[in-house]
Amino acid sequence: MTAVLDLPVKFDAEGFMTDPNAWTPEIAEVLARDEGIDPLTERHWAVIRFVRAEFAASGQSPTLRTITKKSGVETKELYELFPKGPAKKVARIAGLGKPKGCI
Amino acid sequence: MQEQEKPRKLAIICSKGSLDMAYPGLVLANAARMMGIEADLFFTFWGLDIITKKKVDKLQVTPVGNPAMHMPQMVGILPGMSSLATTMMMKEIEKLDIPPVHEFLTMVHDAGAGIYACRMAADMMHVSKEDLVDEVDDIIGAMEFLEKAEGAQLLFI
Repeated sequence: MTAVLDLPVKFDAEGFMTDPNAWTPEIAEVLARDEGIDPLTERHWAVIRFVRAEFAASGQSPTLRTITKKSGVETKELYELFPKGPAKKVARIAGLGKPKGCI
Repeated sequence: MQEQEKPRKLAIICSKGSLDMAYPGLVLANAARMMGIEADLFFTFWGLDIITKKKVDKLQVTPVGNPAMHMPQMVGILPGMSSLATTMMMKEIEKLDIPPVHEFLTMVHDAGAGIYACRMAADMMHVSKEDLVDEVDDIIGAMEFLEKAEGAQLLFI
């Protein structure tokens, strides 16, 4: 099983990828396992794909409110899919930087 | 990511019922949940308006006595100033992707934050559970709140 340290990409001090463009779905699987999420289900992927698409379009990671409004995954489910802090977990698994927004 | 031994916890007392005082508690409770911190909101005195069905959608910004309004206090007394300030704030808030208060309550509750009404304030204002929004978990006394807030960082707004 691939460990985070074995991945051929760079991370910042808090474990977020420094280059979002180097992200691959395989990296997401490894990061998810590191966050205690295993396996990634189709519902997880719905969130990750949405976040990646929003980032590609706007250059910013979407707020949780935007995710729950537009991805088809509502607040309760989002917290079940990514327990104990969905904001950071979603961003990290999707290969984006640490979220800075307030919402 | 490492798990801390004792999970961090936040308890917020909301004692004011104006629109501008409703948001700080909601924003912080939501931010806490987003990063995996437990959060409880306790609404007391005028803060009860924030979770009262008939008032939640009608909270106002009060220009009088608000030093941040950048206008002479006398102007704040004029009719219509409160609703003008309220409309302006609602517009700016929507731009930032921040939901209206009731939607925000639903969001933080779905995110796992506890929402409690103060027993004494409820009795004083003749408010019962039916008068409160569905997101309210319970009406509790000060001692029960302190029990829930054990080990939490406490914030009074």
